[in-house]
Amino acid sequence: MPVRHDKDIPIWRRRTTARKWGVWGLWLLGTAIFVYCWQLISDKTIWMFVWDAPTQAADLASRMSPPKWGYMSELWRPLWDTLNIATLGTLLAILLAVPVAFCAARNTTPSALLVRPLALFIIVGSRSINSLIWALMLVTIIGPGVFAGVIAIGLRSVGFVAKLLYEAIEEIDPDQVEAITATGANGPQRVAYGIVPQILPAFAGISVFRWDINIRESTVLGLVGAGGIGLQLDASISTLAWTQVSLILLVILATVVVSEWVSATIRHAMI
Amino acid sequence: MLRLDQVVKEYKTGDRALNGIDLQVPQGQVLALIGPSGAGKSTLIRCVNRLVEPTSGAVYLGDQEITSLGSSGLRRARRRMGMIFQEYALVERLTVMENVLSGRLGYVGFWRSYFRRFPREDVAEAFRLLSRVGLDNMVDKRADELSGGQRQRVGIARALIQNPELLLVDEPTASLDPKTSRQIMRLICELCRERTLAAVVNIHDVPLARMFAERIVGLRQGVIVYDGTPEGLSNQVLTEIYGVEDWDASDTGETAPSKPDPTRPKSKPDVEHLVGM
Amino acid sequence: MSATSATRTWKRPALISNPKWRWAIWIGAGVYLAFAFGTLEINWARLQEGLPRGQRFLASFFPPDFGSRADSILDGILESLWMTVTSTVIGVMISIPVGLGAARNLAPRPIYLLCRGVVAIARTFPEVILAIFFVKLFGFGPFAGFLALSVGTVGFYAKLLAEDIEDMDPVPPEAVLATGASWFQWLNYAVQPQVIPRMIGLAVYRLDINFRESAVVGIVGGGGIGATLLTAFDRYEFDSAAAILLIIIAIVMAVEYSSGFVRRWVQ
Repeated sequence: MPVRHDKDIPIWRRRTTARKWGVWGLWLLGTAIFVYCWQLISDKTIWMFVWDAPTQAADLASRMSPPKWGYMSELWRPLWDTLNIATLGTLLAILLAVPVAFCAARNTTPSALLVRPLALFIIVGSRSINSLIWALMLVTIIGPGVFAGVIAIGLRSVGFVAKLLYEAIEEIDPDQVEAITATGANGPQRVAYGIVPQILPAFAGISVFRWDINIRESTVLGLVGAGGIGLQLDASISTLAWTQVSLILLVILATVVVSEWVSATIRHAMI
Repeated sequence: MLRLDQVVKEYKTGDRALNGIDLQVPQGQVLALIGPSGAGKSTLIRCVNRLVEPTSGAVYLGDQEITSLGSSGLRRARRRMGMIFQEYALVERLTVMENVLSGRLGYVGFWRSYFRRFPREDVAEAFRLLSRVGLDNMVDKRADELSGGQRQRVGIARALIQNPELLLVDEPTASLDPKTSRQIMRLICELCRERTLAAVVNIHDVPLARMFAERIVGLRQGVIVYDGTPEGLSNQVLTEIYGVEDWDASDTGETAPSKPDPTRPKSKPDVEHLVGM
Repeated sequence: MSATSATRTWKRPALISNPKWRWAIWIGAGVYLAFAFGTLEINWARLQEGLPRGQRFLASFFPPDFGSRADSILDGILESLWMTVTSTVIGVMISIPVGLGAARNLAPRPIYLLCRGVVAIARTFPEVILAIFFVKLFGFGPFAGFLALSVGTVGFYAKLLAEDIEDMDPVPPEAVLATGASWFQWLNYAVQPQVIPRMIGLAVYRLDINFRESAVVGIVGGGGIGATLLTAFDRYEFDSAAAILLIIIAIVMAVEYSSGFVRRWVQ
């Protein structure tokens, strides 16, 4: 198609003319949208503050250093809470996600017309709402504290775990299930022998990976009152105790690095 | 022993895979089912244990009619028929022993099977069978560590531990090399003789079928076009089953194209990429 | 053989073969869980008090109230969308050089380390914490949120781009190099075709993430729908909150649906 003839000499072009214009049009459209959005943001920005930011940043940096190491003694408990929020939240999510995943997978759902769309909606709903917003809701309803954080992390992670798990279920090798069926196995036996062994590694990997993400997310839940180290961060910022803030940031950094290392190690060991 | 009566299978797409099959297999007979790809061989044996639901017709196993059974009756009937698969269809992440014991699932309850507490006789029988098929020291190996021939031996043990009256064998050698193919076919035939089992063996390797089967049934487009002894399988008959080809030229060749072992990458999602999900 | 095998028993091999370790892990997990639950400090009285409120919240989804705060909801959603688009575009644009530099098989050692460092820093902190600081520095409003999301995008996208380049099939690039191509020609002919389809898919995916995150940066003053949502919760206006949540879910679904199209179209 994209070969044209010019005095019998074929000229090759990468795209046909129409396609070429189409691609240019898309670029133009994209740029226009971007410029428009940028314009709107720019209108809402006080540029004087922005130009002033480097001085502000330098000022903030000087006020943040050195970190107030002595404050560490007060951070152990919030750190423990953060770990618990992530771990218990992940456990809760796994408990809820397994049935949802089996309902959402095309090859195991009890009813593709009724149950599957519901399960898919639960997954999208859970995933669309950030854990901080879940926490905001739960703090309003059941009050501030670690418990709200656990539930928030749990509800947010259900969708993640269930989505990956149901994709794993849909990818299983149907021959193995067929062979189990041919032995005269009943429904639960088919799941236990034909499906579960196939998805177990994926399941373990997903759980550990989500736990890692949840550690990161549970460090900020305290900003809305749902427990963990974020509470201290919020308090220190509002009292302008910047040396405490820098210590907390360092602690968060260390926690995230360690959890990432743990999760990577476990996942490598499992393969 | 096994009797098919006017079995028809029509898929939703309108394709007729089986077009009124009548077939009787007496006890102890090893029957090879040959025919080109798409002739309906696989569908036929799956209609017997209803992994594929026949559209119409009747299937008798002994005196029992299979197609009208409810789900628990069907499960009881399936216990009486062992099945051996083309790609082995072992549960790859379970051990050899667990795979063999899974043949007893129709006999034990769910929780018992869940905690792997099979009756002692079953376990003893599993050990005996594994020793019979030559896998004595592989008991606790995982199925995905085995070679193709070894896997198929586990598949055979799984089928036999059901204590079946009939074996349904679907292309047992299609994924194996020529030598292993013969060993596996020989093993299946020996076991059938020892236990006077009837067997329906789908196979597209005609020389192999000739070598091992007592009776050969040729299928073409869902219709039986040949039913007789291996000796009666002349070039003319082969042409009727498969279409025109110079049969003498390929007679000695092992026709089965050895497929590459399907060690497909298994359900491990690349989770690294889903940070914000 | 068969004589002895008749009495042999079989047990499923344990996942962890050393029994000491196995028990240690089980007991350790049990003790941890006991402590974790022990320090959860659930306030049952407060929980009880919250139940009717929770019911009211659930009830307010039927029907949600889109009307009474329509203006501020619309404002917030639009602001979130602008932030999403701009931060994704800028973030991806910055990610391309950073990602190329962070690919081990492409960049010289010092540049590799520098770019990996940038990626690591951008990835570590959640967008909300970044937003807190950007709000301090640049003042309230969408600009701070935009910056936070852009930095988050760089951490995400540059890392994946680098990994994708490291994972690509090394043979075609070698072939292109063998033709005597220059570095940029090589990039254009060998690297780009291999990574582009996935990277476009990931860009759309990041768009989706940025929209969801934009709802959060508003809570700390970074603009977008988050501020409206926070106000709704603070005033116990659950029906407006429900409306906002439903809108967020709808938009995420729309983006996800269209991303499926984009991915199929690219491939």
